[in-house]
Amino acid sequence: MQLLSQLKIGQQAVIAAIEAEETLFHRLSALGFRVGKPLSIIRRANFNGPLQVRLGTTDVILRSTEAARIRINTQSD
Amino acid sequence: MKRIALLGMPNTGKSTLFNRISGASARVGNWPGITVDLLSAKILIGGHIAELIDLPGIYDLHGFSEDEQVVRHFLTNNPVDLVIILLNSSQIDRQLSLVLQIKKLQLPSVLALNMADEAKQTGITIDTESLAKALQMPVMQMSAKYGDGLPKALQAATKIINQNQPASDPQVISRLLQEDNQIEQEMDALIQYHVQIPTTLSDNTTDKIDKILLHKWFGLPIFFAAMFVLFQFIFTVGKPLQDGLAWILHLLRINILAPLFVSSPSWLSGLMLDGVYNGVSTVAAFVPIIVLFFLVMAMVEDSGYLSRAAFLMDALMAKMGLDGRGFVMMLMGFGCNVPALMGTRIMRSRPMRLLTMLVIPFSLCSARLQVFIFMITALFTAKQAPLILFSLYVMSFLTMFLTAIFFQGQYKNSEPFILELPPYRFPTLRQIVLRGWQEVKHFLIRASKFIVIGVVLVWTLTNFPSNVPPASIGTFAGQIGVLFAPVLDPLGIDSQLAIALIFGFVAKEIVLGALAVIYGLQGDALMAQMATQIDWVQAMSFMLFTLIYTPCLSTIATLKNESKSSAFMWLSIAWSLGLAWIVSFVFYQGARWLGF
Repeated sequence: MQLLSQLKIGQQAVIAAIEAEETLFHRLSALGFRVGKPLSIIRRANFNGPLQVRLGTTDVILRSTEAARIRINTQSD
Repeated sequence: MKRIALLGMPNTGKSTLFNRISGASARVGNWPGITVDLLSAKILIGGHIAELIDLPGIYDLHGFSEDEQVVRHFLTNNPVDLVIILLNSSQIDRQLSLVLQIKKLQLPSVLALNMADEAKQTGITIDTESLAKALQMPVMQMSAKYGDGLPKALQAATKIINQNQPASDPQVISRLLQEDNQIEQEMDALIQYHVQIPTTLSDNTTDKIDKILLHKWFGLPIFFAAMFVLFQFIFTVGKPLQDGLAWILHLLRINILAPLFVSSPSWLSGLMLDGVYNGVSTVAAFVPIIVLFFLVMAMVEDSGYLSRAAFLMDALMAKMGLDGRGFVMMLMGFGCNVPALMGTRIMRSRPMRLLTMLVIPFSLCSARLQVFIFMITALFTAKQAPLILFSLYVMSFLTMFLTAIFFQGQYKNSEPFILELPPYRFPTLRQIVLRGWQEVKHFLIRASKFIVIGVVLVWTLTNFPSNVPPASIGTFAGQIGVLFAPVLDPLGIDSQLAIALIFGFVAKEIVLGALAVIYGLQGDALMAQMATQIDWVQAMSFMLFTLIYTPCLSTIATLKNESKSSAFMWLSIAWSLGLAWIVSFVFYQGARWLGF
């Protein structure tokens, strides 16, 4: 198990847990972040900028601080 | 009267649909229980006059963002006869949750699946009939952009309205909202049985464009180049229009208004022509640029590129307590601060919005540029000129960064930066024009009120008492200039320049006119006269003060309107005045101390 913020570009993973307070949790789940959903990282911005994450039909950008609240399982685990 | 609410997630084309149904008849209204303005329009549906309300785009009825609270408060304070729910067909797997939440509230609803064309391209097929049965509400696919499927959706809406069911009971809604249910499971089941989604999306045009526009190293340069071209476009096209309009307004004054006031007392004609008419026409001449600005921005925003700019700039902006979207607004401010302030509406967190609004007035707008070019031409050689202008732009950025860093503790951003990245879309002309027109209308209503009061005040100050020459030291304005002398003398700003600064408080466009009145000269003669009266250190100090202090009354009015707080408006005025004074003081005294 690792954090979404550590996932490599192009690698597939499945959400294992979301560790966020209620506000952030609501926001994430409304955008499609739910346990068991597959996702991948499309790109990262320079200088430790935000990540572009693809979940199903939706692309979302979020900062690595928020991405560090999401635990994931990669296929190899 | 029946009441219909339009509801959906952000980026689903809700405003497009609203504009399509209502035409351009929308107005801003206040509603019980909420503090923000909502757009609404009266429409005729099935022999009833109904009020259509455009609710803010939300992800979740139970969320905690400002918009989500607005929608909740609206529904728990206002009876509703019908809810039109708009979803993006190609994201139905995620967005269906909102439909189920509305359904739980037992509100009569119609589900419109927008962007049917996009869904088709990506290979998503939705069985609307079986979905309608399962949801127990009419389900229609449509395209708000092109209008396909809209008549059918309106028919379904009419049918429900004609049943004349009692409107929703706000108290019942309030109770039901508290009962959160197992919506997720239900959603998954519905998707599984009624929708087919291919595992990989077949349309990847957006991906291809993003490979270039969001490139690790080329992304930002491309973005800056694109912005530069857009500004260039706005001002190359807008400037001749502005000059043309100013010329027409001038002709109107000479040929129609002046003869009209020829027999009235001189104070009345002075007030009406030199005061009200001059002030209003100065603002009116800026309308073409404002219109163009909004048209271009509406295009950029609807295309999906703004979210990309936010992605590219976020890392730097985060260090100043702002986020990627704030940077886009700062850039907009270089054209005009007013639309940039209005643009902060896309931010959902209030502290971040306020911090961005505090920063924007330091953008060196086109009106200030006009003053600087005049002063620089008068007092510097052609070789020095570009360097001086460039240093003023650098100063503009520095004051913005300083302000953000200084106040980021006060306006702690509580909201995480999570944004949806929509696919690139080509906005239609109709969409752009309607959007642009609404913004322009609001700007004119606000600006006109403020400007008329402002110019009347300034005219009075510079023309009374009437036994001394206008704008001289003997007038009230001159007296105020003398009064401010102890404060402005240490900056090298004499009482004549001080009067120009007071004029500049209304609008920077008036500064040049004011200088012309004060010195009684125009054009080259004015430049030559000023070069003998002040030296370059004084001129630079004056320009720094002009750059940093409050941009204009329209900006202040917009600040107050958008923040809905007088205290915030006063904070912005006080901070910019204070900062302007300190910067000019340090510069002027420093330069003098160094022997210049």
